[in-house]
Amino acid sequence: MENLGIIFALLGASLAALMAGIGSAIGVGMAGEAAAGVVTEDPGKFGKVLILQLLPGTQGIYGLLIAFITLSQIGILGGSSDISVAKGLLYLAACLPMAFVGLWSAVKQARASVAGIQLVSKRPDQMGKSMIFPAMVETYAILALLISILSINGIGGLNI
Amino acid sequence: MPELYTYAVSRIHAKEAGLLNKTDIEQLLAVPSAEEALRLLTEKGYGSGEEYSGFSELKAAETVKLRSFIDELYIDKKPLGILLRQTDFHNLKTAVKLVYTAEKADGYFLENGSVSPEVILEAVKLKDFSELPPFMTEAAQKAADGFSENGDGQLLDIYLDRVCLETMLREAADTRVGLIIEYTEMFAALTNIKAAVRCALTKKSRAFIDEALAECGTLDAGRLAAAAASGLDEIYKYLEFTDYKAAVDELKISLSEFEKWMDNRLVDLIKSQKSNPFTIAPVFAYILAKRTELRTVQIIMSGKRNSLSEDVIRERIRDLYV
Repeated sequence: MENLGIIFALLGASLAALMAGIGSAIGVGMAGEAAAGVVTEDPGKFGKVLILQLLPGTQGIYGLLIAFITLSQIGILGGSSDISVAKGLLYLAACLPMAFVGLWSAVKQARASVAGIQLVSKRPDQMGKSMIFPAMVETYAILALLISILSINGIGGLNI
Repeated sequence: MPELYTYAVSRIHAKEAGLLNKTDIEQLLAVPSAEEALRLLTEKGYGSGEEYSGFSELKAAETVKLRSFIDELYIDKKPLGILLRQTDFHNLKTAVKLVYTAEKADGYFLENGSVSPEVILEAVKLKDFSELPPFMTEAAQKAADGFSENGDGQLLDIYLDRVCLETMLREAADTRVGLIIEYTEMFAALTNIKAAVRCALTKKSRAFIDEALAECGTLDAGRLAAAAASGLDEIYKYLEFTDYKAAVDELKISLSEFEKWMDNRLVDLIKSQKSNPFTIAPVFAYILAKRTELRTVQIIMSGKRNSLSEDVIRERIRDLYV
């Protein structure tokens, strides 16, 4: 029972990396299918569609970042790993915004990216606009990232 | 999670840029001869870079290209089968007529159906319909029996046309794809109206009209048949209370004007798919768009061959998808 704190904290870090990573894998895969479809018809658009394909990949990076910060804070990467159950649960809660928003926003951003890729295939001059639509979804992944970072950093200073 | 068809739809949307647009059609109308129109079409990407002696050859090459393109998408093509049913039932009609009137088969069959014409012909000859797909078996049996007894080609045509529509409606419902269901419903209803008007013009009996009209969701086949048996005005009156009220004005001008309006309405219905990023609906719409384009080009080419004026040809051409 005395180790539950570190278990909950590690669970939080794992969920952030796992769920955001899954979301990005689905998203980049989906956008990749669309990009491959366009490049089959017009190989000259490879550069443009590649950028759009990569957009849903950022959530996986954010998840990794949160997991890394959490691992540093809880002593898994060195230092003391003696944390209370309450702190462990707080770390778990702090990781959840990135985990859930990362998964969901990557999948939704992929759909917008696919639509953007198809827009570029018809109107290559609209590349800028086609990037804005999926980039809007990114806002919410960044907000979740911010909340997770602020929470994780804040928990370290709590005396519980 | 339902199938998204992401790769296929992306290829389709990229390919849509290659469809002829209004400017291309204007250019085609402006060229002075059919030969130059043919050359212009090959410049716009028609054919496979070979020499074509006429538009029918070029059209056949385009149809083969379309089919190969759809095959390359590696998708489940079952929902697209609806688009082959008219060809399948046309070939069945032809086979029955050929077998029971002992004519030669060359040139009567259409290619690119879901069943090869040879298989249909063989099945009708041997009266063994087990090799035919289930949607055709019963109809083929009835059509062959009926035609061998009465030899009435018109009855055979209306019976198989109705079964074709009913098959399309049933298969469309099975796809659960909104656009395919809506398209097939509208196609069936408008085809019913056309058949009813033809029956009214030729003063067919109620029994004949009943045999010609398919049951569909937006038109009551029984009421339409009763109206057709009473005359054109009764059809107009009935249509005023349906979704196809606008058809009345076109029908009052001429049947060919109605057919043009019908084709345009069907194209309008599928246009929304130009911006749909997922599902099989954009693939379905693209095939129809290409067919509409080929039909439009054919109208222009036959106008050019017969030296019709640009205005006369323009009156006949249909709206395009892009």
